[in-house]
Amino acid sequence: MQHGPAVVLDEDKSIDLKEKLGIKLFFAYLIVYCGFIAINMLKPKLMETKIFLDLNLAVIYGFGLIILAIVMGLIYNKICTGYEDKMNQETETTGKEKSK
Amino acid sequence: MIYDASPIAIGLFLAFVGFVLGMSFYFARKAKSAEGYFAAGGTIHWFINGIAFAGDYLSAASFLGICGMIATYGYDGFLYSIGYLSGWVVALFVVAEPMKRLGKYTFADALDFKFNSKGIQLMAAISTLVVSMFYLIPQMVGAGVLVTPLLGLPHWTGVCMVGAIVVLIVATAGMTSTTYVQFLKGGLLIVFSTLICIYLFQNGLKLTPDSKDKKYHKFQTLELNKLTDSDYTKITEIETNGMTFVKLAKEEEVTIDDKTETKTLNTWWKLEENGILKEALSKTELVNNTFLYNGASKEARRFYSVGHIAELPQKYQKDGETGPIGPAEFLSIVEASKVTLFPKTKIKDGKNYVTIWYQKITSGKKLMRPGTKFLKPGKDGKTSFWAKLNFISLMIALFFGTASLPHILIRYYTVPSQRDARKSTIVAIAAIGFFYILTLFMGIGAMTSGVMDVESGNMAAPLLAKSFGIILFSTISAIAFATVLGTVSGLIVAASGAVAHDIVNNYMGIELTDEAKVKAGKIAAICVGIVAIILGISFKGVNVSFLVGWAFAVAASANLPAIIMLLFWKKTTAKGITASILVGMISSLGIILISSKMADMYYGWWGVSFNPPFELNNPGIISIPLSFATLIVFSLMGQQEKKNKERNCILRIKVFLFLGLTLLGIRLTSRQQ
Repeated sequence: MQHGPAVVLDEDKSIDLKEKLGIKLFFAYLIVYCGFIAINMLKPKLMETKIFLDLNLAVIYGFGLIILAIVMGLIYNKICTGYEDKMNQETETTGKEKSK
Repeated sequence: MIYDASPIAIGLFLAFVGFVLGMSFYFARKAKSAEGYFAAGGTIHWFINGIAFAGDYLSAASFLGICGMIATYGYDGFLYSIGYLSGWVVALFVVAEPMKRLGKYTFADALDFKFNSKGIQLMAAISTLVVSMFYLIPQMVGAGVLVTPLLGLPHWTGVCMVGAIVVLIVATAGMTSTTYVQFLKGGLLIVFSTLICIYLFQNGLKLTPDSKDKKYHKFQTLELNKLTDSDYTKITEIETNGMTFVKLAKEEEVTIDDKTETKTLNTWWKLEENGILKEALSKTELVNNTFLYNGASKEARRFYSVGHIAELPQKYQKDGETGPIGPAEFLSIVEASKVTLFPKTKIKDGKNYVTIWYQKITSGKKLMRPGTKFLKPGKDGKTSFWAKLNFISLMIALFFGTASLPHILIRYYTVPSQRDARKSTIVAIAAIGFFYILTLFMGIGAMTSGVMDVESGNMAAPLLAKSFGIILFSTISAIAFATVLGTVSGLIVAASGAVAHDIVNNYMGIELTDEAKVKAGKIAAICVGIVAIILGISFKGVNVSFLVGWAFAVAASANLPAIIMLLFWKKTTAKGITASILVGMISSLGIILISSKMADMYYGWWGVSFNPPFELNNPGIISIPLSFATLIVFSLMGQQEKKNKERNCILRIKVFLFLGLTLLGIRLTSRQQ
């Protein structure tokens, strides 16, 4: 058997926190996505409503879903990087103190 | 339509392909080990990997298929863009880091990391092969579509060329060269698509969309009652689907290869309620299997490109054009305009079959919101149950499909760390998201710029580029061709990894040296390439995005439940994963095979009479939950088996202990005596 990553990975103490955050953001996005599907199915004419810059809801919602994915991705990365820096540094520091 | 090969186009195309091949040979030296061949040694920078993700993902389906679908149906085609992009959220928040942490070369590695199960190894490999094949078909179809206008070659030549070049790329250098090919073409595709949009906004919208070197055909109208005043003679009248089409004859000069002759041409016209005849495009299949395009042979060039604005908002109607406009203005003006589309219908005229593309003036309001294809209301004004179900099913499949595509998942193994996996996914989302926003402009632009080839919606974006000049067209076509090369390379690497690593090495237990594994991968790549070529030729003419929708549904049904449950449900067992992949794969493929779309598209061609039992065309809504349910049931059964085994084990221990103690007691008693 040859499982495990192709490269040796450092120990990551922040996996649980990142997973929890990922799931929360996933469901938040899913709700917005389902909203888009629901409007199209139940009230399709609502999509003709002018919202912004003389553009209708269909265009704004569609572009919005794309932009939201990018924004949420950036937020997720920022928070995850924070977790990794903090928790993995703590581990390193504790490890160094123990070795002293 | 007749396409002429341009020397500039051929030159640019050859230069591009030559560069890509040169790069492959350069990187070949890095692909000696299995890590190098299947995972690029895990050394790719996150930014390069992110753009390579985009290159991998922005396949023929995105550039050709989505733009074509938007150009044909309006906003409904853009739903694919939204679904494809949203799927990346699942990849980023749920799948990216665990995949990097658990896998080595293939996605089966990650699924199997704690079980070491032969069932998982085999099923995951088969699923990788099936999904890759489904995804390969539209790419190869796209390649065939591209070479016709670019090089003036027939469809099958394009398919064979892509197959041969890709096999050469993959067999030479594996994942490293594939990554750089994808990085290059992903970046170029985004840059040049932006350029097309800038040209589009600069040109604005026009009632008569003449391009640089070509005048737009002026579609005529006649009055049926006053035909005697014209040169036309009425031949026949045919009714179909509540519409009436009239065949008229007229003597016209036809020029083929610089020879001009006078011929009587039969053309088809749509009869409106007020007795007005509107010129249509027609393709007549004669009994001897030859075709007439608008009454003449194809070489007579009477089969025009179409798509124009019928009515601009009052402010611009007088000038007949808007002049340069901004992106938001572009969309809002189209919404306030009326657009002439060319839907098709088929009729039988004596012994001949005629396909007619007739003029249909459609309000921009309808085109700029969903409802022209997926949620199209019926004659009673209501959207049918099946249409709604198909729409939900498609959106589910697109959302959950991305994170289940083997050729996307293996890209997580090419970066050094989990943090890099995450960052590269975000770069991918930004690049892909930006491109998908452009698809709406390019699609609507093609719809209104008089460039559409009614026979091939897939050509919408390249033909839009052609209206801005041959260099832009040649460059964008060469990039689109590279798009196909990049995606097909990624798919073939994934498929060859499944064969060499998952089946030969892990499942069959044949210990291969690093060198032998790479060799097995290369042989597998050649075989997969040959199968892809055959399928690409067979599926000619189908919208590539539609076919990719099926690939997403199969991937989401077979792979996603296993990935999600493995990560988030501790009771998941090897049997559960194996069964869920199998059930997801069989149910999704089964539903596709008996779908009404399949019956419409293929069974008729093959001469098979088949009545589909239902009108569900995208299997996701049934096959994904079914796959989840299977995993849960089999895993719980496994838990029960495990409990029973534990109970039996404890019972056995108790019995042995009892017997042992009894024997000991007997022996001690006998000694004392």
